[in-house]
Amino acid sequence: MQKSTPTFFDEMQLNAANSNMPDVRQIYTAYQHWLNSIPRDLLDSKRQEAEVLFRRVGITFNVYGEDDGAERLIPFDVVPRILAAQEWSKLSAGAIQRVRALNMFLHDIYHQQEIIRAGIVPASILSHSQYRPEMFGVDVPQQIYAHIAGIDLVRTSESQFYVLEDNLRTPSGVSYMLEDRKMMMRLFPELFRRYSIAPVDHYPQVLLKNLRAVAQAGVHEPTVVVLSPGAYNSAYFEHAFLAQQMGVELVEGPDLFVRNNAVYMRTTQGPQRVDVIYRRIDDDYLDPLVFNANSMLGVPGLLSVYRNGGVTLANAVGTGVADDKSTYIHVPAMIKFYLGEEPLLENVPTYELSKADDLAYTLGNLAELVVKEVQGSGGYGMLVGPAASKKELENFKQRIIANPTNYIAQPTLALSTCPTLVEAGIAPRHVDLRPFVLSGKTVTLVPGALCRVAMKEGSLVVNSSQGGGTKDTWVLQEEHQEVQKQMPDVRGKVETNIEVATC
Amino acid sequence: MLSRTADHLYWMARYIERAENMARVLDVTYNMSLVPNAAESEAALWLPALEISGNVEAYERDYFQRDNDEYTAAGVIHYLAMDENNPSSIYNSLRSARENAHAVRVAMTSETWENINALWLEFSQFIGQDLAKNGLREFCDWVKARSHLFRGVCFGTMLRDDAFSFVRLGTFIERADNTARLLDVKYHLLLPEQEEIGGAVDYYEWSAVLRSVSAFQAYQKIYSDTIEPWRVAELLVLRRDMPRSLHACFDEITPILEQLSGARTTECKRMAGELHAKLRFGKMRDIFQHGLHEFLDEFVKSNNKLGAEIHKTFFSIAT
Repeated sequence: MQKSTPTFFDEMQLNAANSNMPDVRQIYTAYQHWLNSIPRDLLDSKRQEAEVLFRRVGITFNVYGEDDGAERLIPFDVVPRILAAQEWSKLSAGAIQRVRALNMFLHDIYHQQEIIRAGIVPASILSHSQYRPEMFGVDVPQQIYAHIAGIDLVRTSESQFYVLEDNLRTPSGVSYMLEDRKMMMRLFPELFRRYSIAPVDHYPQVLLKNLRAVAQAGVHEPTVVVLSPGAYNSAYFEHAFLAQQMGVELVEGPDLFVRNNAVYMRTTQGPQRVDVIYRRIDDDYLDPLVFNANSMLGVPGLLSVYRNGGVTLANAVGTGVADDKSTYIHVPAMIKFYLGEEPLLENVPTYELSKADDLAYTLGNLAELVVKEVQGSGGYGMLVGPAASKKELENFKQRIIANPTNYIAQPTLALSTCPTLVEAGIAPRHVDLRPFVLSGKTVTLVPGALCRVAMKEGSLVVNSSQGGGTKDTWVLQEEHQEVQKQMPDVRGKVETNIEVATC
Repeated sequence: MLSRTADHLYWMARYIERAENMARVLDVTYNMSLVPNAAESEAALWLPALEISGNVEAYERDYFQRDNDEYTAAGVIHYLAMDENNPSSIYNSLRSARENAHAVRVAMTSETWENINALWLEFSQFIGQDLAKNGLREFCDWVKARSHLFRGVCFGTMLRDDAFSFVRLGTFIERADNTARLLDVKYHLLLPEQEEIGGAVDYYEWSAVLRSVSAFQAYQKIYSDTIEPWRVAELLVLRRDMPRSLHACFDEITPILEQLSGARTTECKRMAGELHAKLRFGKMRDIFQHGLHEFLDEFVKSNNKLGAEIHKTFFSIAT
């Protein structure tokens, strides 16, 4: 017996459940048309081709605890997620607004702490494990803390998007945004002729420009490096990819050393000064003299140079205090406080289990809620109420009662689905969206995002560590939408407005 | 460039070259075993292949129990091609090359990286195959072709910067070592039977040596005469137009080290210059008088010392 399936908003079809006459959303009509015109097994052969190519390029991630032969591919789905220009402009404005406020919050919390005095964020945040007292009073260039931010968005209806969480430490996945696009262009060039899709491949150039802009004052030709934990890290491909795309050195901790309040890298020509470090190592492992003393990944003395302004770290140390689930609930208020604006993107309604009322409600309605650890990430340590067994619910209940402040609860969102190629053919699977917001002299994002998809039927967990896959995200350019209405099967290349106008 | 990056690039190239040379040795040894006149025992045929790689003792430890204290074709082929416990097996060389490349994929062009990654992915098709029974030729050809492809993709796509220099340096240091060892083992073996020089077996032996370094046609072209050991030695030691000769290797190594050292006075630059001079100005007659074996033995040692000096100068910078 199947449970009655709730209806989910589908990115492609307005009423996916009623499949006799699916009403294809306007932005997907050309895709649907194309889909009807291709042989049935084409998508699957393209999927296989993609797998071979990804493996050859080495776009793999390592799985912790398995031997070094176990380089895995993140499942790549060949059906794109398409966003209309207007949808995107709303999302991007909202994400930019949010990151501006979060950067101001980080500066504030490590300086005057006005937001605490205003009673908007409780003072208890200062005893939070991700709050770094070492950063108090430290001035970072341009007052930017989160140079790279990943904002996780989910959709529940045509018009309703929510921010699920902010990622301000070392957000990853942008290489998949870029590589998925390259792959789609290679596999389906004809679709790129039918659609006018905003390009994303300038992301590394924007990132490099921003990183150079946050070097210490007075450095004219700053040396930027990417600091990686090394080839056995699960995101090594991305570290290497970004370093290569930016044309900067990919370094590991032992390649760097500290001398006379400066950081140097060991080169074949002797020591070379480093000005900006795009680090993909967590705070805890950055400097064994200050944080985790056993860390082999970091650079002894790095933090002291950083605090004295001898080197810039991106992201800054101590951003974790702002992307935590206990801080998340305050972000809308932060936006009003710092920017005097109404938030453009909504938070998911969240119950704080440190509050008696919220706790009581949560314990009484556990089966309908999603409960997350305040400091958890990667989809670990969370409970999805509707998918849990009685026993799991009971176990989790005991864990909450033992330490309620460690958890928050949210209603189980009806995450939108997107058509996805699975063994049985094309079927709806739940998706989320992570655009990457870059802060330098300006705050920008390229028109695209990492779209993660839960490959398992009904699953709401999209994390790659839990078997999630990725999709290319197409942000359509404004003028294109007109084109589609007029001509669902474009014959030739649609390259210019002039050509379109004459058709 | 980063010292660690240079180190990985250098070793990546060395391991690819090592795999190629091993494939060459296996290939010619196997061919010789097919010559009907080869009146040699299986052991006498395959032992030299082990001696070139310098791992006779390890082989005896791991294989003799199984093979009744004999050197067998099957054993030696497996040991040199596929054995995971033999650090210089083709399997391990290619694996190490790929690991070094993976650690510094940023420092090379994407074509170069993809080439090495594809090599390693393709290698899996040979795993588990009984190469001694069949497929050894195809395997050796494949290794050689992949090595050619590797050098080609580096040469054709890499910026002419220090990264490229370290890759080339690795290739030629390794090649010089391999050519010297190959020649030494073969010469050493044939020397006691000098009176038989000119016989059919001898011809096959020496032509095999030549073929193993792609020098058979070159020999015919240059000397158009019967194959004489001293000429083979000359071709592989002193001829600078012979791409696998010691002289040709140092024609590459010396300028690379000069360029990498820049204005610095480095010991490795001096050592390379000294070795290079011996090859440029040396005479075959003197080398023979001194003893070819002694010459080659000394060369291998000097070449190793040079390798150690390269490490000291570029890869392990004191802070």
